[in-house]
Amino acid sequence: MTFVLRRLGSAVPVVLGITLVAFLLIHAIPGDPATTILFGANASTEQIAALRTQLGLDRPLLTQYLDFLSQLIHGDLGTSYLTSNSVAHELLSRAPSTIVLAVAAIVVAVVVGVPLGLAAGARPGTVLDQVARGVSFLGVAIPYFFLALLLVLLLSVRLDWLPAIDDGTPKGLILPAVSLGWGYAAILTRLVRGRIIEEYRSEYVRSARARGCGEWRVLLAHALRNSSIPAITTIGLQFGNILTGAAITEVIFGRAGLGSFLATSISNKNIPVVQGAIVVIGIGYVLINLVVDLVVGAVDPRTRLAGAR
Amino acid sequence: MSLLEVVGMRTEIETRTGRVRPVDDVTFRVEAGETLGLVGESGSGKTMTGMSIIRLLPPGGAVVGGSVRFDGVDLTTLDDDAVRRLRGNDIAMVSQDPMTSLNPTRTIGSQLREAYRIHRPSSRQEADRRAVEVLELVGMPRPRERLGAFPHELSGGMRQRVMIAIGLVCEPKLLIADEPTTALDVSIQAQILELLDDLKRRLSMAVVLITHDMGVIAGHADRVAVMYGGRIVEQAGTRALFADPQHRYTEALFESMPDLELDRQVDLATIPGTPPRLVGLGAMCRFAPRCRFAQDDCRSVDPALVEVTPDHEHACFHPRGTATVALEDPGRRRRTGERSDADAQTVLEVTDVHKRFGLRPKRLFGPKRAVHAVSGVTLQVRAGETLGIVGESGCGKTTIGRMLVGLERPTDGSISFEGQTFRGMGRLTFRRRRRDLQMMFQDSAAALDPRMSVAALVAEPLAAQQVGTRAERQATVAELLDAVGLPADAAGRYPHEFSGGQRQRIAMARALALGPKVVVADEPVSALDVSVQAQILNLMRSLQDRFGLTYVVISHDLSLLKYLADRIGVMYLGRLVELGTSEEVYAAPRHPYTAGLIASIPRPDPTRPRSPAVLGGELPSAVDPPSGCRFRTRCPLATQRCADELPLLLPDDGHHAVACHYPLTGSRPAGPHLDLQLQGTEQR
Amino acid sequence: MTVPLLAGARPAVRARGGLGRLVPVITVVFFLVLLLAPGLLSRTGPIDTTDAFLSPPSAGHWFGTDQLGRDVLSRTVFGARPVLAASLLGVVVAVVAGVALGVAAGTAPRWLNAVLMRVVDVLLALPVLLIALILIATAGSGVRSIVIALGVAFTPGFARVVESSVRKLRTAEYVQAAEVFGSTALRTSVRHLLPNLMTEVVVLASSAVGWAVLTASTLSFLGLGVQLPQPDWGSDLAAGATSLATSWWLATFPGLAITVTILLANFSGDQLMTLLDPREGVRLKQSLPRLLGRRPARAVHPGTTTDPVPTVEKEAAS
Repeated sequence: MTFVLRRLGSAVPVVLGITLVAFLLIHAIPGDPATTILFGANASTEQIAALRTQLGLDRPLLTQYLDFLSQLIHGDLGTSYLTSNSVAHELLSRAPSTIVLAVAAIVVAVVVGVPLGLAAGARPGTVLDQVARGVSFLGVAIPYFFLALLLVLLLSVRLDWLPAIDDGTPKGLILPAVSLGWGYAAILTRLVRGRIIEEYRSEYVRSARARGCGEWRVLLAHALRNSSIPAITTIGLQFGNILTGAAITEVIFGRAGLGSFLATSISNKNIPVVQGAIVVIGIGYVLINLVVDLVVGAVDPRTRLAGAR
Repeated sequence: MSLLEVVGMRTEIETRTGRVRPVDDVTFRVEAGETLGLVGESGSGKTMTGMSIIRLLPPGGAVVGGSVRFDGVDLTTLDDDAVRRLRGNDIAMVSQDPMTSLNPTRTIGSQLREAYRIHRPSSRQEADRRAVEVLELVGMPRPRERLGAFPHELSGGMRQRVMIAIGLVCEPKLLIADEPTTALDVSIQAQILELLDDLKRRLSMAVVLITHDMGVIAGHADRVAVMYGGRIVEQAGTRALFADPQHRYTEALFESMPDLELDRQVDLATIPGTPPRLVGLGAMCRFAPRCRFAQDDCRSVDPALVEVTPDHEHACFHPRGTATVALEDPGRRRRTGERSDADAQTVLEVTDVHKRFGLRPKRLFGPKRAVHAVSGVTLQVRAGETLGIVGESGCGKTTIGRMLVGLERPTDGSISFEGQTFRGMGRLTFRRRRRDLQMMFQDSAAALDPRMSVAALVAEPLAAQQVGTRAERQATVAELLDAVGLPADAAGRYPHEFSGGQRQRIAMARALALGPKVVVADEPVSALDVSVQAQILNLMRSLQDRFGLTYVVISHDLSLLKYLADRIGVMYLGRLVELGTSEEVYAAPRHPYTAGLIASIPRPDPTRPRSPAVLGGELPSAVDPPSGCRFRTRCPLATQRCADELPLLLPDDGHHAVACHYPLTGSRPAGPHLDLQLQGTEQR
Repeated sequence: MTVPLLAGARPAVRARGGLGRLVPVITVVFFLVLLLAPGLLSRTGPIDTTDAFLSPPSAGHWFGTDQLGRDVLSRTVFGARPVLAASLLGVVVAVVAGVALGVAAGTAPRWLNAVLMRVVDVLLALPVLLIALILIATAGSGVRSIVIALGVAFTPGFARVVESSVRKLRTAEYVQAAEVFGSTALRTSVRHLLPNLMTEVVVLASSAVGWAVLTASTLSFLGLGVQLPQPDWGSDLAAGATSLATSWWLATFPGLAITVTILLANFSGDQLMTLLDPREGVRLKQSLPRLLGRRPARAVHPGTTTDPVPTVEKEAAS
């Protein structure tokens, strides 16, 4: 219990920090938001000034930040400059498809990467191991957007097995998920393989064998447990990147989602949206890692003793 | 027919540096119900022998020759799966380090159940029942509760009991115990060894006891096989071996052990050199390079095991007892000169020192917790003497050592050097005074920066204190290396290229670089083989005589300190419980703990009657130590007074002092007749 | 897909013998050529147009030409510069910032350490691409912005690893030994902490290069790198993506170039990791001759000597 509280405790400053960065970053962008909003309308200087006051942009920064914070606590991420809808609404309506893609990529990564790493680690030096290492080496090197293009070229255009543009069906999810997930599968393979090799060298594995545990048992009941921890942790750490990768992959595959929305928002200097996105993604990342830490604490009881990181 | 018959077993391992043969033509047998001791130093192949029996070899390893007959069946002819079925079933193995031998992420209950259900298909309840049964068998208190515990929640002794329990769960006929007590405190060691004997009798098991400790062998093995360089060099019944060792190695081993009856003024006999690496050895007696009695035939022909008297074999061409031309015995140095004691000046003074390490509170806003590492220690170190501080893990001896050299500051109390307190000195003065107070660390590999050459390492203190010019420092380095017995070309090499004993010499040279007055040595030889230990101990003594050093030696090894130290302080859970000359403390211990400790030391004397382990129970927590006398929870003489009133260390006039309300009369020698009422192993 | 997985990764490939050793050398040479003298590898210039529009790979144009008749081989060769420059500079920035932050946090008192590590956490939590996009909007696109974005992305990873290393090193026995013989804190840091740290940092940096290339090309793929008509792998890839079905060579070669570069960087990084494996107790300077093929001096193994007893006795005679 203390463990949980401690972790939560160290998460709070991080969340605050994220909001601060989100706030400051936007205000670093040159160009006045009010001018941007009224751009096409040939507004007069007074009108622009009036809008500025209305938006609260002429108050001292600290006040603006505190306002921003209090709004956040109430769940209000602001209003989009362009559509006057709430930012929360804009983001949330487009988020699901991106999140689905991110999750699908993670599934691909785990389902492909972990067993491959296990198999390679349990039998280092064999052909399977060489193949696994080679594939993972390649997987880490090839950029996912390039892989996406190649897969599309091969499987869509030439062979027409899978749709190139997302058509909303699960089938349409396959190519994007695979191109994004492949690289992470490669990372997991390397990681798991390395850990398994290490665990196999440890004393407790030898003791397990001395009790009569067969190879399968040693791998699954003993080594796997201790090797899964870094794998879980990695997924957590990479989550932010997976999400943004999903956003980009969406654009390539023509899926409607956060990706294109954020891109246009940035070029339109639609500050509230971008701020909201940073805050949401950042907090999401912190939460995910909190969950990861708790899971790790459940799997490996020693970490609970160590307390906060 | 013997239960286990190993004939000509050979094991090879492919490594990057070549093909190593750790087990080379090994033959021995074990009868049902007896304990065979397999003794040797590191690199002798004893562990590999044990593992080869059940084919538990590292990758690249294989048993390449010989036969292993267990209960009539030759194990080498069986396939892997058949051998696997034997493991944990008919043949069980317990290894050295219980900390790493248990899966840290699984409860001990699940590991016990697994050990059972692999071989006996059963339900979870049945497995649990058996687990509880077996935990009771090994003397674990409240077994049912412990099933859900994780390994790190148990103490070392408890973990080892769990390991043994896991081994016994299917009632094996043979138990291979690989250094089962080496990682444990002496008092716990005695308990575990006694437990093993007890279990052996009750379950009619045979035991192969692998160890490097002759004392353990003497007390617990029926027959002994001595291994060296992958071979068995001598095999006999225990008494016969100790009474009349034949092989020159066995003889040398006995001579170099610092046992309690040794004359303190004479240097230890040593075995020069170090054990061989097991790669690419030609036909020869493996011990020949280090043997004083080696002749030409020893260096060119493999000696075979020959039975000279019934049940006593050895593999030596010129065994003890034959008149052999030997190289000149360098003789053992006898210390000259009177070494003054009571009128010597006090060099270091520790006054009522406390050290507490803060801990995170258990609950978020709970009370502050602390580890009471040292609680009120007072002692004086006199010029020119060797003061030994002995105790088991957690007693605070290492902390005291670190405080003496200024690595830790006392939370309360003070330490003064030559009259000035550490606190009283300014920072600059303290830095200069540090030249006189040096330390030798326990782990020589960790204490030497792996990226620095030996010359740089030894010269570093001089450079740090800005002493001398470059050239002068080089000259000092050369002198020091010579003084510690290292060749001159060692200067350009790196620590990882040296053996443990040699690294300890480097550490010594470095400690001496600034010409200190006091050297604190923390477990200087505990990580070394017996034959190498003697070399280092002799070196320490000769350096002391040469440079007029004062030593504070910290160790868990009483026999070592009895030999090395003039005075000994015994610590228990942060307090000094006894302080006197080493003869006094040994011959007539006054504190029950000291007496128990002495009784727990395994003696290399099989004729001594085996007394039950005197110190029962476990070490209490240092975070929440018992009130009053901290030893009272394990002491047979404890009364209510011991809980209420803290015993002080008396007399404080420098004579044999003890901190106990009911000190032993101490007039009888610490032999088998301790005047303690024996209480068995009940815990409090 | 960016922030590198620093620490904990084991070399996936242990190359055998001489061949493996050559690769890092080749890689370094290759990178240098691409950075400093790309003209050596390509006859034509990357922005010179010709009349051969969209022609597939042929003898005249090994990689084909694009819609303006520019030689794709040339564009690929010259397109390395922005990516490599940005990646290497980005890693350097991240190393410097990360080490500084890590050392500061590792040697700081508890409260300061907590503050600094929270800052690191915040940096880690920020999605790199988003930050990069915003930075671009602020500072304009180009190599400089990518370098800053890479710096921000990789610094926290380095800082974390360095911080935990420093904390571990501070409790190392040889550091404590230095304290005992009166070494000042500064001297200990310089003579002990830094050298041991550097090995680890070098290893990390080499594995970060691959990730940096990946990130940099992702950013330029999104149009945040150099602008057309300057050649750049990422932007060329993006430009060629639309005509993938018809003119596959436009996108494929830049993509392959990225992949090969990352492969080489990772492989070299692994080689370096193996060489500097602390288990072998090797120093940086010692590895150089090893890298170039010379075997290290034979380690003395006590005990194999079958010297007659007197020499060995000398050791014990003191």
